[in-house]
Amino acid sequence: MDIRLIRCHSQYSFLRTLEQKVFSTKEAVSRFIEDGDSIAMGTALETAIPFAIGHEIIRQGKKDLTLVGPISDMFFDQLIGSGCVKKVIAAWVGNVIMGVGYNMRRAFETGVPRKIEVEDHTNFTISLAFYAGALGIPFVPTKSLLGTGMMSGENPFKQMECPFTRERLALVPAVKPDVAIVQAQRADEEGNTHFWGGSGVTKEAGLAARKVMVVVEEVVSKKVIRKDPNRTLIPGFLVDAVIPEPWGAHPSPVPGYYNRDHEQYIAYHHESRDRDGYLKWLHKWVLDVKDRKEYLNLVGEERMRSLSVKKHRKSIPVDYGF
Amino acid sequence: MQELMVVAGSREIHDDDVVFVGMRLPLLAFQLAKETHAPHAIGIFENGILRDEPADGILFTMGDNPNLEGATWATSMLDIMSLLQNGKVSLGFIGGAEVDRFGNLNTTYIGGKERTQVRLPGSGGGSDIASLSKRLVILMNHEKRRFLEKVSYITSPGYGNGGDWRKKNGLRDGGPSAVITTKGVLRFDGDTKEMMLDSIHPGITMEEILENTGWDLRMAPKIEKTKSPTRSELRIIRKYDVHGFWTRGDLSLQSTFD
Repeated sequence: MDIRLIRCHSQYSFLRTLEQKVFSTKEAVSRFIEDGDSIAMGTALETAIPFAIGHEIIRQGKKDLTLVGPISDMFFDQLIGSGCVKKVIAAWVGNVIMGVGYNMRRAFETGVPRKIEVEDHTNFTISLAFYAGALGIPFVPTKSLLGTGMMSGENPFKQMECPFTRERLALVPAVKPDVAIVQAQRADEEGNTHFWGGSGVTKEAGLAARKVMVVVEEVVSKKVIRKDPNRTLIPGFLVDAVIPEPWGAHPSPVPGYYNRDHEQYIAYHHESRDRDGYLKWLHKWVLDVKDRKEYLNLVGEERMRSLSVKKHRKSIPVDYGF
Repeated sequence: MQELMVVAGSREIHDDDVVFVGMRLPLLAFQLAKETHAPHAIGIFENGILRDEPADGILFTMGDNPNLEGATWATSMLDIMSLLQNGKVSLGFIGGAEVDRFGNLNTTYIGGKERTQVRLPGSGGGSDIASLSKRLVILMNHEKRRFLEKVSYITSPGYGNGGDWRKKNGLRDGGPSAVITTKGVLRFDGDTKEMMLDSIHPGITMEEILENTGWDLRMAPKIEKTKSPTRSELRIIRKYDVHGFWTRGDLSLQSTFD
C-alpha cells in the first residue's frame, strides 16, 4: 500500500513522520493544489517568492484559485494574467520597483482574461488574519483600518467597542488558507524548515493553513535541523510536501543563495504593458518551458553567476549543549 | 528635484527616531539622515528587518539580501506592525497617488471603488503606517490630478474631513505632519488640520504650486524657501543611489498612473 495514502486518510499526525514527503514541483502541485483552493504565497514579501511553484500552477491550468498574501511583487500579477485566479486577498498587488501590475489592472478594470474579486487588506491585517487562523480563533482586533475605505464594501472587516476600554476597534476575521507555500532555504525530508531573513507572514500563514508545501534550495539531514532548532520556522509535522527546487524563487532573492534579479522585474513591467506582450512573456518563460531546469537555461549561467552570493557572511554557531 | 526631496525628508528624521522606512526616496532619506544629523536613528522594515546602520549595498527593495546583512533583528511582519500599533514607532514615510486637503491618501481606486477608472496596487503597509505611527511624512508628485479637494477613496487616513475626525473614528493621535512634494513642503494647521504651504523649492513659483493644487490652498504665516541640498548631502545620496534609479530617472515617484 502506498504509504502516502495512509496519511491522506489519517488524522494521526505521528503518521506524517512516516510518509515520503519529498516531491518534484510538478508532482506536488498536481497532488496538493486543487481547483478552487485558497493559497497563501509570497509570504516573505519581496524575498523568497515561490515563482517556480506559481509557474507550474499556470502550466497545469489550475482554476478558480484564491491568492492570499501581503504584497505581491510581480508574482500575483503573472498568475492573474494566466486566468487561473478568481479572487485576490492582499494588501498590494503590483511590481515593487516599477509600480502597477498591468494584469491586475486589466482583470479588475476590464475583466481580461477574466473578472476577479479583490478583498483589500493592509499588510498588518493580512498578518492578523493569518495570526487569528494560527491561533484558532475567529478574529483579532486592531487600531488600524478605522476610517479607511477598506471598512466598507464587500470587505469582511467589522467594528466593535472594546468591552474593557470602550475604545473603537476594527476586527480582522481569521484566514485559514487551503494551502500555504513556504519558500525557504532548507528543510529535512520531514519538512522541518530552516528560514533566515525577514519572514514577513510566513510562519503565521504556515500555522494557519490546512496544507503546507515547503520549497527549498536544499534538502538537508535532520541532524542539520536538530543542531539549530531556533532557525526552524515551520515544524515538519505540519508539512505535507517538501520540494527541492534550487533557484526556485528566482528572480526574487533568497538570503545565502542568490540576489534579486532586478532586470527581470523591469523587463516584465514593460513586456506586460499590453495583453499580447504578456502572452509572449507567458509563453517564453512559463508555457514553453517544461520545468525549472529549462527556465534556468533561459536565464543563463552567466546571469546566475552574477546573482550568486559574493560576500559570504556566516553566522557564528551557538552552543545548544547541556 | 528628487534629491532635494530626499534631503527635505531626511530633515524630518530626528536622532532619537524609530523610523518606518519604506523604500525609494524615504530609504535614501533615512540613509542620508544616518550619515548626517541622526546617527542614532533606527530603521524598521515591514518584511521584518530592523537595522541601525545603512545597508552595505544598493537596495532596490527592502527584501534585498544586503538589507539583511548587518541587521540587528530579523523577525516577522507581525512583530514590526505590533511595534507600530504599540506606539513604539515615532516616524513613518509613505507616498500616494492622490492626496487631499486633509492629508488623506488614495493608492487603491482612482475614481473611487464604485466607478474605478484605475485600479492601483493598494495599501501595502501604507494604511497601517498612516493610522499608527506618531508622525507621518508623505512624499508626493505635485500635480493637479494628484492634489484633490477630496480623495474618492481613503486608503491611508490623514485627518479625514478635518478637526477631530481621527478621534471620532477611533484612530490614535498622529496623522501627517508634512507633505514633501516636487514643488514644496506643506504642513497642517493645528486645529482645522487643513494642509498649508510651508516652503517652496528653489526654482518653483507660487503660481506653479497653486496651479497644481486642486483646491484653494492655505498659506502658512511665513513661507520659506526650501533649503537646497549641500554638496556633501548630494554625495551621500549618490553613493546609495549610484545609478540614479530613484533620484535621476523618471521612476522615483511613479507609483501608479501609467
